[in-house]
Amino acid sequence: MPETCIYIARSSAIAARALAGEMMVMNSADSTFFTLNEVATVIFQAADGRTPLREIVRDQICEQFDVDPEQAQADAEQFVAELSGHGILLVSNQPLASETP
Amino acid sequence: MSLMSEVGQKAFNLGVPLTVHLDVTYRCNERCVHCYLDHDDHGEMTTAEIKDVLDQLAEAGVFFLTFSGGEVFMRRDFFEIVEHARRLMFNVKIKTNAVMIHEEEARRIRELAVDTIQISVYSHRPEVHDAITKLPHSFERTIKAIRFLREQGLRVTIANVLMTVNSSDHMGVQKLAAELGVHYTLDPTITPMMDGDTSVLSLRIPGEELPEIFHNPALVGSQEEFCAPPKPASAEDLEGYSCSAGHSFCYISPYGDVFPCVQFPLPTGNIRQQKFLDIWNLSPQMKEVRSIQAKDLTVCSSCSHVASCSRCPGLAYVEGNMRGPSTADCEKSFYRTGVPTENMLRQGLSKPRAISGNTAPLIQIRPIQIQPITVPA
Repeated sequence: MPETCIYIARSSAIAARALAGEMMVMNSADSTFFTLNEVATVIFQAADGRTPLREIVRDQICEQFDVDPEQAQADAEQFVAELSGHGILLVSNQPLASETP
Repeated sequence: MSLMSEVGQKAFNLGVPLTVHLDVTYRCNERCVHCYLDHDDHGEMTTAEIKDVLDQLAEAGVFFLTFSGGEVFMRRDFFEIVEHARRLMFNVKIKTNAVMIHEEEARRIRELAVDTIQISVYSHRPEVHDAITKLPHSFERTIKAIRFLREQGLRVTIANVLMTVNSSDHMGVQKLAAELGVHYTLDPTITPMMDGDTSVLSLRIPGEELPEIFHNPALVGSQEEFCAPPKPASAEDLEGYSCSAGHSFCYISPYGDVFPCVQFPLPTGNIRQQKFLDIWNLSPQMKEVRSIQAKDLTVCSSCSHVASCSRCPGLAYVEGNMRGPSTADCEKSFYRTGVPTENMLRQGLSKPRAISGNTAPLIQIRPIQIQPITVPA
């Protein structure tokens, strides 16, 4: 059975900025505010709607950080699900058009 | 400490301009009796110039961006500017009188995911509000706009500036805000006009009436906490700074002049002549503002209120010394707690002297001529 691809894109309703290596993210819909650690920031910045999550983990997370690939993938999926629940990331099994305000 | 406070402290410690207030115009369709602005256009930044400023601010790490004026919608390119700001992923707040916001504008603001819209409402009585704005039917138009914005699910805050002519209306405005489902904020600060004219200060609520406001739990929350006598200052308090002006906050005028704060008319540079980050990092004026700790204050360092006073270094600067007391804040500290300030004691006063203003000229309105900063190679 072919592996399902997960595509992620940043919502157009959010504000974001890096501060000393961490990403501040705020959802204007409900003013929820997050800071993302270094690894989560890499995933967030790579969320262009076109690159599959597995590729982001393989090419960026595993390249930049000393992590076990399977564990990294599992953590990334959990992180993506959490941010998607807060409306920060859009998730699909098809490529997503990048949202612009 | 909340996550937001932690981030604010981090930006403060690192000297990152986390928050910027950008006035896109001083032009306005209202003529509010207390307004400190000259409403002529002395050479506003163009659309392209503002977009370039926004690019620079994003690069500098600015996250919270407030667009204000004047009336922001007097600029025909305002939505183009907001669109650019949102593309750069700023958290955008808009301050407006809202009279030019109709259904279409409200929808566009929602599409652009603007965080908050702050709207000035002076009274729940249309005749009082309109008399302050000097624009007939402005109350009706503003309230209608608030309803349009609420229909779009947007967060709205009513800002209620209190002065002599509407001092008894704050409860009515609070009730109106609750009916409209919006937040309410009150501000008793009246600022001298930018050309140095202090006649508007006669609209300030007399000090004797401040206790009524400061002891109203509906306005200040816990009265016990808010009006508590000042605690002795600790060594840490004396190492502290007045506010975020110049540390993690700054103000940019429609002409590109950069100041430590909206209420701090100390010119630090012009963005048409220098890069924003060069002004922010290298301006001697910015550095001076940043260097002032509570222990350096000429009078306030020995004041019993030093740890809890809302002392505004900008208002102190307008009074002649950015390290000196801000009389308006001395007055607030006294009427909040009943404890005289060091400034009062030194002048032998048992209650603050009525503020009649001063003649310190403010220069914000004109493009500033200062020497460009030399940037090290």
